[in-house]
Amino acid sequence: MIEVRWHGRGGQGAKTAALLFGEAVLATGKYIQAFPEYGPERMGAPVQSFNRISDHPITIHSGITDPNFVVILDPTLMETVNVVEGIGPEGKVIVNTSFSSEEIAKKLGINKSQVFVVNASQIAQETIGMNIPNTPMLGALVKVIGNLDLNGVLEDTKKKLEVKFRHKPQVIDGNIACIKRAFDEVKNS
Amino acid sequence: MVKAIYPKGKIVAKTGNEVMAEAMRQISPDVVAAYPITPATEIVQIFSQFVADGKVPTEYVAVESEHSAMSATIGASVAGARAMTGTSSQGLALMWEMLYIAAGLRLPIVMAEVNRALSAPINIHGDQSDTMGARDAGWIQIYSENSQESYDNMIQAVKIAEKAKLPTMVTTDGFIISHCMEVVEVYPDEDVKAFVGEYKPERALLDYKKPFTLGAIELQDYYFEHRWQLAEGMRNAKQIVLDVAKEFKNKFGREYGFYEKYKMDDAEVAIVTIGSAAGTTKFVIDELREKGIKAGLIKIRVYRPFPADEIAKDLAKVKAFAVLDRADSCSGNFAPVYLDVVSALFANGINIKSENYVYGLGGREISTEHIAEVYTKLDKIAKNQVAPSKTVEYINVRIK
Repeated sequence: MIEVRWHGRGGQGAKTAALLFGEAVLATGKYIQAFPEYGPERMGAPVQSFNRISDHPITIHSGITDPNFVVILDPTLMETVNVVEGIGPEGKVIVNTSFSSEEIAKKLGINKSQVFVVNASQIAQETIGMNIPNTPMLGALVKVIGNLDLNGVLEDTKKKLEVKFRHKPQVIDGNIACIKRAFDEVKNS
Repeated sequence: MVKAIYPKGKIVAKTGNEVMAEAMRQISPDVVAAYPITPATEIVQIFSQFVADGKVPTEYVAVESEHSAMSATIGASVAGARAMTGTSSQGLALMWEMLYIAAGLRLPIVMAEVNRALSAPINIHGDQSDTMGARDAGWIQIYSENSQESYDNMIQAVKIAEKAKLPTMVTTDGFIISHCMEVVEVYPDEDVKAFVGEYKPERALLDYKKPFTLGAIELQDYYFEHRWQLAEGMRNAKQIVLDVAKEFKNKFGREYGFYEKYKMDDAEVAIVTIGSAAGTTKFVIDELREKGIKAGLIKIRVYRPFPADEIAKDLAKVKAFAVLDRADSCSGNFAPVYLDVVSALFANGINIKSENYVYGLGGREISTEHIAEVYTKLDKIAKNQVAPSKTVEYINVRIK
């Protein structure tokens, strides 16, 4: 079973990303859970959301404390939240940043091999014209997890976005482009 | 690979609230009267959107409180309508006096209830204090471990309520299930509609050709007989629950009963619990079995009517068990589910070492480690290495 923790700020789409990611992974034939942490819901406040992925039915319903993957939508959270809590020596962190894996690893006090970086904010700016880094980070996560079917994820995400943004087709194409670009650009260097 | 069990079933990713609303749309009741409350708000929000979009022909009554929601639901039901509502926590508490009236009038109302802590202190998270407090109201209570069960339970609840002539509430754990997206198999609308069938009430106040009196005063002369009939109706509902479960399995393929037994065949230590924590317990059992601890689980689905003799029979073979309650009835004695279980055992002449734990109030985390600790202690109790506690124990709470 794979466990994922998303860190974002209220309004950045951490919850939406976990839900979209969960649905997309289900479309590739795996069992999933997606759930946000519910606390004070304020724009800009640190928020978390979670995913579980498994080849078998998931019965566990406790919180996720030792995630295999941590996705950080907003790099400033590294200053105030213990984003590496519980990840262990094998856990991987994916950060929306313009810094290198080495620089982030030093900041977080973990091994460079555990840190993947992608400039999701820039990708979002350039493709959808807004700094909404959640869909690019979804693409980066798919790449870093490794054994997920990107085309299956893209197809399902497109379907979901088509329902949500049927009057704004440019948003759909932009988000799909975001996922692909971040998938290609996320790196461990 | 995720696969549907029912050949015409469709696999979707939905939260508990979403599938409960979906079940309500498919059941297509004549009337829904509801008032929003966290964490059940989405159920009525999504359902009211279905009504607004013309996806369900239900008469939706937006009321100004939960007391009115239950009153309007009762009114619709006595008029002869299939009526439903949804609520949580303080909302259920505000319905209190009307809950007893719905049961006393033998109205087959179905309620989607999302378990949430009761104030004070104010808290929006999951525990079962709300419905445990309503356990004596004369309502059938069906608890769900996950979204799939909440969907299947809603569909079955309609048939159970109408056959038993008893109001029925189906619950999920607040946020843990209500807001957790997971894999659910949904069935085609027409198949759900065919399963629940058309509601033909025996008597309806709007049937002016067959006038009758409902809700009249009964003092020392008749009240007792009617309350006995209500209690007897609850006893009789047991067979109805099983009949509907059998019919459901024949149609859709999933098996339900009063409770689910997980690895109980050779279990030496067992946990009895209700709701989402049962799923986490299954995960722990699989790990403990690899270490040689013969752990098992009884997950109660139908708490009212309580399957006393059945549970006593299935627990009889274990050496020690614990009941995990997600409500503390502040009785100075034990918590509600434990009291039901031990009285069932006592009445059947069975004496097994046991413990009662209260956990998860106000959404407090219950982890795999917490559950494993309970089993580890039970294992020691079973081997006579330690004695069971004679008072309620608490999991993951800071007590000075």
